[in-house]
Amino acid sequence: MKLSLSDKVMKTIIYSLLLVLAFITFYPFWNSLVLSFNVGSDAAAGGITFWPRKFTFENYELVFKEKSIYHAYLITVLRTVVGTLVAMFFTALFAYAMSKKGIVFKKFYTLFAIFTMFFQGGLIPYFVVMYNVHLYNTFWFLILHGMISVYNMIIFRTFFMELPDGLEESAKIDGCSNFGVFFRIVVPISGPVIATLSLFTAVFLWNDWFTPSVFINNQNLIPLQTTLVQIINAGATASLLTNVNSHTASMLQNTVTVKTLQMATMMVATLPILAVYPFLQRFFVKGVLVGSLKE
Amino acid sequence: MKQAAKEVFRSNAVPEAVSSPAEMPSVWVRFVRQWDFQLMILPAVVFLLIFNYAPMYGILLAFKEYNLFKGFADSPWVGTMHFRMFFEAPEFWEIIRNTFVIALLKLIIGFPAPIILALMLNEVGGLFKRVVQTITYIPHFMSWIVISGLAFSMLAVDHGAVNGLLVKLHIVKDPVNWMSEPKYFWGILVGLNVWKEIGFGSIVYLAAIIGIDPSLYESASLDGASRFKQIFLITIPSIMPIMMIFLILGVGNILTAGYEDILVLTRNLNNGIMLPIGNVLDTYVYQMGILNQRYSYASAVGLFKSVLSVVLLVIANASARRFGKTSLW
Repeated sequence: MKLSLSDKVMKTIIYSLLLVLAFITFYPFWNSLVLSFNVGSDAAAGGITFWPRKFTFENYELVFKEKSIYHAYLITVLRTVVGTLVAMFFTALFAYAMSKKGIVFKKFYTLFAIFTMFFQGGLIPYFVVMYNVHLYNTFWFLILHGMISVYNMIIFRTFFMELPDGLEESAKIDGCSNFGVFFRIVVPISGPVIATLSLFTAVFLWNDWFTPSVFINNQNLIPLQTTLVQIINAGATASLLTNVNSHTASMLQNTVTVKTLQMATMMVATLPILAVYPFLQRFFVKGVLVGSLKE
Repeated sequence: MKQAAKEVFRSNAVPEAVSSPAEMPSVWVRFVRQWDFQLMILPAVVFLLIFNYAPMYGILLAFKEYNLFKGFADSPWVGTMHFRMFFEAPEFWEIIRNTFVIALLKLIIGFPAPIILALMLNEVGGLFKRVVQTITYIPHFMSWIVISGLAFSMLAVDHGAVNGLLVKLHIVKDPVNWMSEPKYFWGILVGLNVWKEIGFGSIVYLAAIIGIDPSLYESASLDGASRFKQIFLITIPSIMPIMMIFLILGVGNILTAGYEDILVLTRNLNNGIMLPIGNVLDTYVYQMGILNQRYSYASAVGLFKSVLSVVLLVIANASARRFGKTSLW
């Protein structure tokens, strides 16, 4: 089919606009990555855009030598892994029972769960409750916050209800308990939905900086993204630069700047997501479509 | 979300037992027989009780003078004092204005942007389309704190990329101090929101566009309609229902449009110059409750916000239902 002139003009405009959008989305990440690999004192002179001028690993060396940062990293990894496992386990169990017919009080449980989607107590009452049940300032708070997502429960439940009954019945005839059926039959064939929901849960836990900043006071429990808040508000970085042990300091202090250190920390906090993202993109896309079908 | 709720209720309306009530064992006998399923439900119920229902009860804080060390029961009742204090506070109207202006700007600009992107992506294809999609989805998965780090770096006065470009193009003479001038705050806030969510938001619309019957386009081009015309005659009308649903949902959720963006851009509300223009109900609750530890006052503000947003949600849902009935296209 031949394109008319107006169509050609339109195509050109669309291609250019999309190129511009892709560029302004990509460039800030790329530039930060480049800055994080550049000698700090050199970067301060400006003019670094697409490629480092004086390549170095010293920003990263400092990031990984600084105890508060790698400790925060450890907390983030632990929180993401344990938190996702716990959340998936209890949400899926809840959803599985709710997908069965004839469950006593099912109507009540449904209302009980759905109501929380529309009305919440708010930040301050939540804070006061967490304080009073002694979850304030604990690692368990980081795990339990957001453990049961009613939204995810509904997605799980819809998926479980569509599973063929025959599979479970044959397992039961073989002497499996209901828990056995869940773990041996239902979980293994629910791979896609578990993968999708795990991804969203894991991304939330990895990125969550706000709740730890409110509910965690103990510096030993602060996750990376919350440390990043302190580092991006430059004062903290300045003290960090002077706090590193003397050996590191003498080695690095002259050339590492607040800015390049910020960039290196930011990259450390983002690269894991950027690294897995291209491989998992289809799951993310699937997830948003499953979600919007429920709207 | 509302639809999901309805769907759940509907499935429950179906009688679940085939036998007549007389033959059915009592509730408790059945409960004990299905102990394993009930055990699967138990942790979730306990969780919701502690993490959702206890805070709902905790809203009563708003009517007390709460002291963290005295405890809930021993703190005295003060009626609606905190509400009156809030309504009479000098910053009240400022906060209400900021809340609605920021939310409306986010909706007016943030709602059509992903639709336009989806329409544009539909006109291109192959590897180019996939690359643009992959790149534009990325910021959605970044935390606001990382986004703010990128923004501070790009908008910096000395050697920021934006200022560099503007100076080079002679649009401005001297670098602009974007992050410390209140007049730019709303623009930067909304711009960053669009930048972060435009790609991910387009997924739903792209899926809707892919679902359009191709024969519509074929007959349109036989009738001589250009690609440009086809967008307005076929694509947009076809995705209109899903656009309306998302618009109505957006209006209903206008007050829950997030506040992490404001917190990171004002450096946790420490940048005082931005407060008169950036403080919204949610950040004010955080400022009063968490930073200043005025728990009861902040709870009252939070309750005020919750009631407002529930009212908005009800209105939006009512219009959604009306819209669902009257629209037959």
